[in-house]
Amino acid sequence: MPVENPMETSLTLTPGSTGSHPRVGLFVTCLVDLFRPSVGFAAVKLLEDAGCAVEVPLQTCCGQPAYNSGDRATAKALAGRIIADFDAFDYVVAPSGSCAGMMVKHFPLLFKDDPDWAVKADRFAAKTYELVSFLTDVLGVTMVDSTFAHKVTYHDSCSGLRELGIEAQPRRLLASVRGIHLIEMEESNICCGFGGTFAVKYDEISSAIADKKAINIEAARAPVLLAGDLGCLMNMAGRLARRGSLVEARHIAEVLADMTETPPIGREPEKQAAQKGASKP
Amino acid sequence: MSLTSTSQQFKANAHHALGDADLQAAMAHVPTGFVASRAAAIARLPEFEALRDSARDIKNHTLAHLDLYLEAYESKVLAAGGHVHFARTSDEANAIVLEICKSHGAKTVTKGKSMISEEIGLNAVLDANGIKPIETDLGEYIIQLRRETPSHIIAPAAHLTKDQVEADFRRVHVNLDAKRDLEEPQTLLAEARTIMRQNFLAADIGITGANFLIAETGTSIIVTNEGNGDLTQSLPKVHIVLAAIEKLVPTLEDAAQILRVLARSATGQDMSVYTTLSTGPRRADDPDGPEHYHVIILDNGRSSMLAGPFKDMLRCIRCGACMNHCPVYQSIGGHAYGWVYPGPMGAVLTPSFIGLDQSSDLPNASTFCGQCESVCPVRIPLPGLMRLWRERSFSRQLMPFAQRAALGFWVFFAKNPRLYRAATWAAMSALGFFARGRDNLNALPFLKAWTKSRDFPAPQGGTFQAQWAKRHTGPKS
Repeated sequence: MPVENPMETSLTLTPGSTGSHPRVGLFVTCLVDLFRPSVGFAAVKLLEDAGCAVEVPLQTCCGQPAYNSGDRATAKALAGRIIADFDAFDYVVAPSGSCAGMMVKHFPLLFKDDPDWAVKADRFAAKTYELVSFLTDVLGVTMVDSTFAHKVTYHDSCSGLRELGIEAQPRRLLASVRGIHLIEMEESNICCGFGGTFAVKYDEISSAIADKKAINIEAARAPVLLAGDLGCLMNMAGRLARRGSLVEARHIAEVLADMTETPPIGREPEKQAAQKGASKP
Repeated sequence: MSLTSTSQQFKANAHHALGDADLQAAMAHVPTGFVASRAAAIARLPEFEALRDSARDIKNHTLAHLDLYLEAYESKVLAAGGHVHFARTSDEANAIVLEICKSHGAKTVTKGKSMISEEIGLNAVLDANGIKPIETDLGEYIIQLRRETPSHIIAPAAHLTKDQVEADFRRVHVNLDAKRDLEEPQTLLAEARTIMRQNFLAADIGITGANFLIAETGTSIIVTNEGNGDLTQSLPKVHIVLAAIEKLVPTLEDAAQILRVLARSATGQDMSVYTTLSTGPRRADDPDGPEHYHVIILDNGRSSMLAGPFKDMLRCIRCGACMNHCPVYQSIGGHAYGWVYPGPMGAVLTPSFIGLDQSSDLPNASTFCGQCESVCPVRIPLPGLMRLWRERSFSRQLMPFAQRAALGFWVFFAKNPRLYRAATWAAMSALGFFARGRDNLNALPFLKAWTKSRDFPAPQGGTFQAQWAKRHTGPKS
C-alpha cells in the first residue's frame, strides 16, 4: 500500500487545539476486548497522542475465525456489519495485524462479486490500518514518549508481516522508547503456531511449532517478548509459562504508550517483577 | 487410486510423527538446509521477484492455451521419431507403460525420480507384472529399500537420518565388506553409485519424469543433481517419459526462464547439477541414446481443475519450497499428509485427486502463516486455495461436530453485538474472578486442547468495550 500522509498538517497541531483531527474508529479486536483491555486503552492513548479523535463503536469480531473455517456466509455478514458501522470514520485502526489483514485484504475478496458492496469494501479497506503502521505510515509518527528500560525481543506476527508488510515500523518506534534494548531473536518472522482455531484443532502440531518459537525467544536472552498480535502473544506466553520460562510477554502498544503498569500477559499484579524503568524484570 | 491414502488419519499420523525421534532429527535439517540455502541464493539475485512474475506469466499463458501447446508438442515429438500417449487416468498410464514394457520383453526398468510415477503407483503395477523397477535417484533408492513412499517431492528420503540409511545399506548390501566405513554421507553415495552402475547397464527400459515439455521443439527436460537421470534415459534401448499436462511450456526460452527460479527455490542452487534435454530417439549420427522414445502425458483430473477455481495450482513446478518453509511440514514431515504430495501444495492437490472427504484435514492443517505463498516461485495463492477447500468442507459439513458447534456458538454472539457485549463481559468477569491469584489457567475443561501443552493466560477481567462504555457514558453502561 502506498504510504500517504494526508494528516501532515494536523500533526503540527497539538492535541486539543482546533483543527482537523482524524476521526478514528478503534476496532479493538475480540481478544483484546476479552482478555487484555489494557491493550485497547494503550491503542487509544497512542492514537490520541498523535492527534486523533478516537471512538469505539459497538463491535464484535472481524469474522476471521469463520472465514478461515470455511464459513464464508458468516464472514460476509460480519464484514458487512463492520463496514457499515465504521462508515463514518476517516480511519479504522486495529491493534492487530491479523484482524487488520482480514479487513484490508480479505473483506474486498468477500465482496468482489457484488458490485455495490465491492466499492464499499474497497473504500473500507483503504482506510483501515494496523495500529503501529497507522502511526508511522499515515500519521508520520517517528517517536513516542515512553520509557521501558529493559531488553526486549520482538516477534513478527505472520499476517501483519506478510499481508501488510509490517516489519520496520514497530522496530522504528521501539527504538524511540527510552532505555529499551531490542535483541532480535532467530527466525522472528516464523509462525508461532497459533493460527487462530488451528491452535485448538491441531493442538499437538501447534504446540510443537510454539516450542520452536519458545526456544528462539529464550535464546535471545531478553526478559521481555513483544508482538503486535494478542493471539500470537497468548500462544507464546502460554507455551513459555508451561516450559517454566520467566520471559514476560506484552503487546507492543503497551510499551509504546508507556502503559506497562499492568502485569504482563498471564501474570498476577503482586507477582509482577518488571516495574517500569526498573533495571531487571 | 493406485496408492493407498492415510490422509484421513492425518491427526494420528501427525501424533506419531511428533513422537518419532529419528524423524524429528531429520526434519531439523530442513530450516538449516533448504530454507537457508534458498535465502542465500535469492539474496544473490536481485531480479528474483521479477523472475517469479515472469515464471507465473509463462505458466498462466501456457495453461490458457494448453490444447494448442499439447498439439504442437505432440507433432514435434512425432516428427523427431518419438511416440506420444495421452492417459486420462492412472490406470491408463500404467497400462501404457506395461504395454511398452511387454512389447520390448522388458524384465528390468531403471527409473529416474518421478512424482507422476508415485501418483499413478507404477512400481506396484510393474512388480505385479513381473517387471523389476529399480529407482536410481539416491533418495528414491533408499526409500525403495525401505518399502516407503517419498516424504518430500524433491528429497524423497528427507524424513531419514544418515544413520538410518547406513543401517539400511548394511542390511541390504550384504555382499560388501561388513566392516566398511560408512561414516561420511559421501561414502553412502559412492556405495549406491557402484551398485547402480550395474543396474543402468542391465536395464531394458529407462523411465524418467519431466520438469518441462517444450512445445516448440518436442523436447523433454529433466533436472537432477546426481546424473542418474541421464544414465536412465540414455543407456537402455527404450526411454519412457512420464509427465502430466501442466509440464508444457511454449519454448526453450520459457523453460530457461523458469529454470532460473526452480533450483533456487528448491535447493538454493543457481542451477541443478544436470539439466538434460531429450528430443526423440537416437538419430542416425548420434553416438548413443535410446532406440525408442515414448512420452506418456497424464491428465488424471487436471483438465477439470483447469476449468475451476484451483487452476492456479497447475502452475506448480514441484520445487518443494512451500513445504520446506511450512512450519507444519517442518514439524511432522511428509508422510503424515498421507498421500503422494505433502505440505501446502499437497494440501491443495490431494483433495482434488482423492476427494475432500478422504483428506479434509489437509487444507485445514495450516496456520495460514503465508510463508508458502511468499516463497512460491510461480506465486500460487496456496492459503487462499486451502481456504477454498475449507469452504467446501464447511458447506458439505465435513467439519467435526464439536468444532462446528463451537464456531456456531461464537457466530451467534458475534452477530448480536449487544448480546455479545453483555455475555462477554459476564464471561470474562467470571473467568477473571476464577483466575484470581493465579497467573495462568493450566486446566480448563472447555479448552483442553489449549491447556494440554500451554498455560492459558488469565484474562484481566471485564471487557474493553464494557470499560470504555462506562467511561464514556457514565457509570451506567
